[in-house]
Formats: sequence, C-alpha cells, structure tokens
Amino acid sequence: MLRLRDAFSLPLVSASEGALRSWRRTERTGLALLLVVFVCSTAYSATTAVSGHDSIPTVLWRWAPLLLWGFLFNLIISALSMAVGTAAGLPLGIFQLSPNPLVSRPAKLVTQFFRNAPWLVLLFICVLLLPFEFRIGTLRIPFPDWAKAVIGFALPAMANVAEIVRGAVQSVPSGQWESAESLCFSRRQTMMQIILPQCIKRMLPPWMNLYSLITMSSVNASVVGVTEMLTITTQVHAAEGSRPELLAPLYSFSLICFFLYSYPISKWTEYLERKYQVKE
Amino acid sequence: MQPIYDWFRAFYERTGINLTFIYDSFDRARMIKGFWLTIELSVVTIVISILIGVFGAWLQGSRFTFVRRVVDGFISAFRNTPPLVQIYFFYFGLGYLLPRVMDPATGAMAPVVTNFQWAILSLSLFAGAFNIEIFRSGIEAVPKSMREAAESLGYTRGQIYLYVVLPLAVRNCLPALGNNLVNLVKTTNLAYAIAVPELMYVSKEIWSDATNVREMMLTLLIIYILLVAILVAGLNRLERALRIPGYIHAGGN
Repeated sequence: MLRLRDAFSLPLVSASEGALRSWRRTERTGLALLLVVFVCSTAYSATTAVSGHDSIPTVLWRWAPLLLWGFLFNLIISALSMAVGTAAGLPLGIFQLSPNPLVSRPAKLVTQFFRNAPWLVLLFICVLLLPFEFRIGTLRIPFPDWAKAVIGFALPAMANVAEIVRGAVQSVPSGQWESAESLCFSRRQTMMQIILPQCIKRMLPPWMNLYSLITMSSVNASVVGVTEMLTITTQVHAAEGSRPELLAPLYSFSLICFFLYSYPISKWTEYLERKYQVKE
Repeated sequence: MQPIYDWFRAFYERTGINLTFIYDSFDRARMIKGFWLTIELSVVTIVISILIGVFGAWLQGSRFTFVRRVVDGFISAFRNTPPLVQIYFFYFGLGYLLPRVMDPATGAMAPVVTNFQWAILSLSLFAGAFNIEIFRSGIEAVPKSMREAAESLGYTRGQIYLYVVLPLAVRNCLPALGNNLVNLVKTTNLAYAIAVPELMYVSKEIWSDATNVREMMLTLLIIYILLVAILVAGLNRLERALRIPGYIHAGGN
C-alpha cells in the first residue's frame, strides 16, 4: 500500500534485489556509452570548428586541472551536506518514533515537509534568504554562498536520513524490544545499545544511495552561482572565446567525471545490499 | 474577482506581505502560464518516461546480448550522472550540433528543437532510465509458478505475457513507480536552468520585479507540495482500484 509517506522515498532505496542483480556488467557498458557520446560529439563538433583555434582535445587538456578542481568542490559540498544532514537526520528519525506525540508529530511534519519540497526550491531559499554573516556581539562570522548551499542540500538530506533511520528501526523485529524490556533496559538504553547498532547495517546501503544523489544534485548549486564544476565549465567556455563547438565535449567531460565517481559507489552499495540482505 | 484582488492589495499595504501574483494582472497571467507549463511538463514527461520504461523493460528481455547491454548501459549512464548536466549537455551541446531552421511565425532562424522540447526529452530519459529498472523488477517479481500454471492451462507465450505477467507486474511495481514519478515532478524545475518559463522561472521573474522573494518561495513550496499530494492521491486510488484480494506483491512496502 502506497502512503503519502512512502511516496517520497528515494527510487534507489526501493529498488528490489532483482533489479540490483544485473548491475555488475551494467556500469562498464554505461561508461562505454558515455565515452562514445564524448568521442562522437568531440569529433562532430571538431568538423564544425573554424580553423585557427586550438583543437578540442588541446582545450580540454589545458583546462582539465581547473575542471577537476571544480569537481573537488562538488565532492566537498556533497560530503559536508551529507555530514550535516546525517547529524540532523539521525535524531529526527528517532524522534519520529517517540511514544510522546508532542515529539513525534513535529518530527514527522518536518520530515514530510523537507522530503516533499523540490531540492532546487530549498536551495534557492537557503541561498537567497539566509544572511551573509552572523554577528555574535562584535564577532562577525561570514556565511558564504557555498556554506548556504551546504545547508540547502543538508535539509532534504536530513529528511531522507530521518526516513532511512525510521525504516531501519521499524524493521528490527519486535522481539528485540520485548527481550530488552524483560532485561530491564530503559527505552533509551534499548534504542542506543540494542536497536541502533543493529540498524547500521540496514541503513548503510540506502544512506550511500542518498549520498550519491546528493553528489548528483550538488551541480544544482551552479544555478545560484556557487563555484563548482558546472560554474567553472561555463567560465572555461567563456575563456575559450565561447566557441559553441566546445559545449558538447565540455559537458560530456563532467558527465564522465560524475560517472567515474558514482560507479564505484553504486557497485559497493550493491555489494553491501546483497551482503546485508535481510533473510525472510 | 475584483474584491479579492483589492483585498490582497490592501493586505499588502497593511502587512507588507506582497502577493503580486494574485492582485497584479500581469504577474497573475505569468504565474498561471508558468503553472500550466509545469503541469504540461510533468504530464508529458511522466507519459514518455513510462513508455520508455515499458519499451526498455521489453528490450531487456531480448535474446540478443548486444541489445540488453545497450539498454543496461543507457540505464547506468543516466542513473550515475547529474540530471542538470544532462539537460545542459542536451540543450547546449547537442542543440548546437543540430541545424537551425526558419521559423515561419517570426521569420527568424530558430533551433529545430526548442528548450521546452529538450527539457521534456532529457527529463523523460532520466526518469525513463529508472522506470526500466522498476518495470523489469516488477516483471521478475511475478512468481514463476504463475507462468507455469498459465502454461499448463494452454496459454501461449504471448498470452501469458499479456494476460498473466503484465497485469501482475504493473501491480508489483506501482509503489516504486509512484516514488519515481513524484521525484520526476519535483525535478521538472531543473528546466529553469535552460529558461523554460515554468513555475520556478516565472517565480524568479516575479520576485526580481517585485522583490517579494519570501512570499514567492513560500508559494512555490506550497504549489509543489500540492501537486505532489495530488499525484500521490491519484496513485493511491489507482493502487486500490487494481488491488487483487489475497495477492501480496513482492516488491512493495
């Protein structure tokens, strides 16, 4: 049965084991396909180029260090967002399961709100509406654009982590709770010492899928002008005299970078998912 | 309607909450246009992505290894790259490589494929890649005994697929499909990046003119959440209507 709550879980999380089995040979073909796109677009673009300019491979080679530097920004932004999102999402997920409705209701509301909201809108809200510095007394703490973007990505990450935690905790058999109770564990002790340690294994694969999605979304920061790979790609294009035939190769370059990064992660996730598969 | 507009104008003067898209006729027209464009974008991409999903899942059952490989490659290429870069690649990269034609309406040279069409294409391919996996796992989740039972009743291969496997597979994959379609509706605002005048884009235009960023942001959030809620309600109804008593589907949660 599909409830409103379920409808927002990530597609990657809900992929069944059957779908994951065929992933092994998939990535290799995927990379091959991207390389074909890259080579074809480079070759075709080259035929339209006006003579007197540097060739496309020369241009790419010249700017590759800067583009990869931009890619590093994407990785930093996504890692920080995921760290903040996890730190906030873990308690939020546990609060959702609280027996006290004064705690669980607001936690559920916050989770649903940030899961339903489009990521781009949340990013806009954070970048445009957060202050550019905080003042504590005479101390001024600057709050640059990239830090706002981190918050913008951390909010949906938080809500999704909360759902992952809730799902994992609920998937622990109730016998665990009952036996802990019979051993005089308090609710808090049961959660911290018995339930959560068992959840880590269940949470890891969907958590990694989420990380992968956040990394993919980190390029959205270019829309609001934060420096990262896509922003730098546009700048590189301008620096090379805005030659239109450079666009396809430049964008395929970043597609390939993301693919090469995401490939080991999805492979590892798939491995973990098989390894930790809950036996039914 | 005029009293309502006047009320909102007075509301702005009283409270400073500036909802221009209600009382200002120009902004209202833009907003409504953007809203319908978002709906159009969502509906068209949902339909095309489902078609891609069904077709791709069918191709994945192909006897030829090469065809299966290409479909697999397509899936992994689209799943492991950022959708925004995909849109840029299609619109700026491939858009440049296509010839330009004379637009009969204006007489100027225009691209063969407009930005709206590129947005539809790239978003459909992105969501379609996920849909293929979803449909395929739905088909795989149909118990083997069902096929065997149908076979023993004298059904042909085609009949088994049409009357037994497909109806059950659709029910198996509805929850996952719902997730993906909801995500697709939430992702349509990436078309903003290539200047498709959908909801996000017109909102930005309005807040640039009227400097009512907060109000527009909140409105955007509310509209998107409502759209998603409508989609989810529809999917719930569909799921209830299709439910077979006693059949517990495998992939569902």
